[in-house]
Amino acid sequence: MISLKVNGVSRQFNGDPKMPLLWYLRDELGLTGSKFGCGTGLCGACTVHVDGAAVRGCITSVQMAANKDVTTIEGLDPNGNHPVQRAWREVNVPQCGYCQSGQIMSAAALLRQNPDPSDKQIIDGMAGNICRCGTYQRIFAAVRKAAEEV
Amino acid sequence: MAAIVNLSRRDFLKGTGAATALVIGANVLPGALMREAHAQATEAQPNLFVKIANDGKVTITCSRVEMGQGVRTGIPMMLADELEADWNRVAIWQAPGDADKYDPAGKDGQNTDGSRSTRHHLDVMRELGAGARYTLEMAAAQKWGVNIQDVYAKHHRIYNSRNGQSFDYGELVDVAAGINIPAGEAAPKLRLKDKSQWKYIGKDMPVVDNYDMSTGGANYGADISIPGMKIAVIARSPVYRGKVRSFDAREALKVQGVEKVVEIPALADDKPAEFRALGGIAVIGTNTWSVLEGRRKLKISWDLGPNRVHSSRTYDNKLRKSARKGGAVVRNRGDFDRAVKGAAKVVEKEYFVPYFIHTPMEPPAAIVDANVRPVKVWASTQSPNECRQYVAEALGVEKADVECWTTLLGGGFGRKSKPDFACEAAILSKMTGSPVRVQWTREDEIQNGYYHTVSAHVMKAGLDSRGKVVAWKHSGSWPSILGLWNPQQKTGFGIEYGLGMVDVGYDNVPNIRIENGEADIHIRVGWYRSVNNIQHAYAQNCFAYELAAAAGRDPLEMLLEMIGDADNMDLAKDGVKEYWNYGDPVEDWPVMPVRLSNVLKTVAQKAGYGKKLPKGHGLGLAVHRSFHSYVATAVHVVVHDDGTFSIPQVDTAIDCGRYVNPEGIRKQIEGAAIYGNSIARWGRITTKRGAVEQSNFHDYPITRISDAPLNVRVHIVEDFVNLRPCGVGEPGVPPYTPALINAIYEATGKRIYELPIGDKIKV
Repeated sequence: MISLKVNGVSRQFNGDPKMPLLWYLRDELGLTGSKFGCGTGLCGACTVHVDGAAVRGCITSVQMAANKDVTTIEGLDPNGNHPVQRAWREVNVPQCGYCQSGQIMSAAALLRQNPDPSDKQIIDGMAGNICRCGTYQRIFAAVRKAAEEV
Repeated sequence: MAAIVNLSRRDFLKGTGAATALVIGANVLPGALMREAHAQATEAQPNLFVKIANDGKVTITCSRVEMGQGVRTGIPMMLADELEADWNRVAIWQAPGDADKYDPAGKDGQNTDGSRSTRHHLDVMRELGAGARYTLEMAAAQKWGVNIQDVYAKHHRIYNSRNGQSFDYGELVDVAAGINIPAGEAAPKLRLKDKSQWKYIGKDMPVVDNYDMSTGGANYGADISIPGMKIAVIARSPVYRGKVRSFDAREALKVQGVEKVVEIPALADDKPAEFRALGGIAVIGTNTWSVLEGRRKLKISWDLGPNRVHSSRTYDNKLRKSARKGGAVVRNRGDFDRAVKGAAKVVEKEYFVPYFIHTPMEPPAAIVDANVRPVKVWASTQSPNECRQYVAEALGVEKADVECWTTLLGGGFGRKSKPDFACEAAILSKMTGSPVRVQWTREDEIQNGYYHTVSAHVMKAGLDSRGKVVAWKHSGSWPSILGLWNPQQKTGFGIEYGLGMVDVGYDNVPNIRIENGEADIHIRVGWYRSVNNIQHAYAQNCFAYELAAAAGRDPLEMLLEMIGDADNMDLAKDGVKEYWNYGDPVEDWPVMPVRLSNVLKTVAQKAGYGKKLPKGHGLGLAVHRSFHSYVATAVHVVVHDDGTFSIPQVDTAIDCGRYVNPEGIRKQIEGAAIYGNSIARWGRITTKRGAVEQSNFHDYPITRISDAPLNVRVHIVEDFVNLRPCGVGEPGVPPYTPALINAIYEATGKRIYELPIGDKIKV
């Protein structure tokens, strides 16, 4: 039995402790905002926060999150108005939108760690998230904009 | 012109809660390009709706699939503008696949690819909006007892121009619902707004799904769950059309959560692949992790079949030889051989482009319940009608017995036009008696996909003594997309020739010959964003730069001279048989060299072409027409001492004729530069003994923010804005790669004849 908190709600998990958080969130809890992109930690579409730090949900087991706080895109802000989310809409970032949950979670963790990042720090901090539509120019602009607000 | 129909009182709306709404549909009249099925439907089903509820809420049907191109915003903007609707009171309803109902233009059966949504829908969506507005005007005139000429619509209200009174649209619904719009001869002549009155068309609009996409609320294929649904992953043959000889599922079945392991029989040998399921071993269970674990534990013995001969190392050389040999002459102007004999200088170079795979961020996923009628399909498909057709065939039922609902697509790029993954889910659902979601992994997507074709190109040209290009030859060989339907196919076909090959815009070159050699099919070759335009634009633009150097001339001046400024290039005169013009008549979308030269001049000026640049810097140009649009790109590259390079600026000028959402165009072109950057720097799929060697983003990299151009400037060229709308989703991609490679040449003197470039330039 593994205990953890997901978006502030206490959860108990009885299944395979090696199950990646991504599949636990999606298949067991129905939190489908975190996306499956590669299954090997290479694309960042599954990014969630564990105790405030960005991790790849597809290679982080439920066991590794035992007794910790997991935050998904659904729990980032009760009204979807985290500064990063607002900046994302103001800059009109998304195209297909599929990678955007992971991008936003990476950006939110980056700004929590470093509220005033340099250009290089933004690029380094976001380089683990692939966007196939190619919205990087706007991602960069939105992180910069959000940084002004946090 | 579509006939506008008031559907508010029609029987089929009963029970849909639409009784208190005004519902407008359209019948497409013959004369629009009709498919057979449409032509036969004399009692045409009204096929597109706008619904206005009595609270004034307007619901617009979007019959095109959203995959990031912004179609759920752009198409409704057209209708809302003519309707004079308040955009804040507009909602979008996503239509399922039903070409008889939801293909208002009657041109492409809702298949959302080919960059054609805007050009096929601008007229009909405007007419629908005008029809709805007319009905509301009639209702208001009736209520006031005045003539329709005395009322006008503005921002969700109808005004009485005599006394200034007004009604909100919602207040008019009850009366409007009963208004009979005369048909045929008596049909009202709808007044379309003058473009000076447009409030949305041509103006920036953020996408309607922005909030959902920024909060995790947007639904893609795999986000759909239905009661009783099982999850499946499939082990497929590593080699195209290989078959299962035997398998052992004992270990797989021990995994907690795995319920069944079943074989999808291999597709019969006499059936071409098309979009069908090819077979494999499916592991079915209650959650994705379990079935993935189960799949890892399968032991399968494969009969790999004849395609195991397909190794890039040998196949690529055969392709190069074939291109050198040439073959079918698909365009012939003047006399290339004679001209090249008389030339002062002859240049010949070869270019090579490997296979690519789409890698949309969302791997394919589909949910099918095959045990109900109609069969229900939810899929991230670009082509819901073909999805119905192939699912019906897989199940042995009629297409009419299959419903297909589309989700948002986490990228498409042509992969999701092919509904093989929905066929797999259908077969498994029928076999197991449960609804089934088939989930593809990234490895599945990269190793069992529909590949952008590999191609070899031999370019040869003659220059006269003044350095003018007098002869141009392009000979290309590649395995054809037609191989999906005819595995014995040896050459390309009209569509592939039309994708930027025979229509090369060097209209001032007096002798042009274009040939196509033969190639065998060993893999599923399919279309991919921009399709064959990618390699054609690369070979043409890089070779033109090479010719400029050979002539000691400035490449921009040389390109402009080669293109000229004619307002029409008639390919029939050059022996091009049945030129495929993106499925549209050349009378409506001619090939216009003047627009090519115009975007090229524009981009050169915007990018500061001709300025002296520091050592290691280069500015490269390329220009290409595709999907009727004319696009020129200037890439500014900085090559560092160690061969790594960065791209401080990209300028792209696009002339896409009449446009709807400039913000959408900018996004597509910004993204196209990045998509092109992945092609240029990283794109390469290879095979060894028939199997794809790459498997995930570590060995098939995609451009990240760290190697992306982050300063892409988009210049929308207005000079031909009164001409018909052209494509936007794809045309930005082809010029990027040659512009980058030409820039690298300017910076280093190094030519690149084979893609991809990789992480460093080997100087």
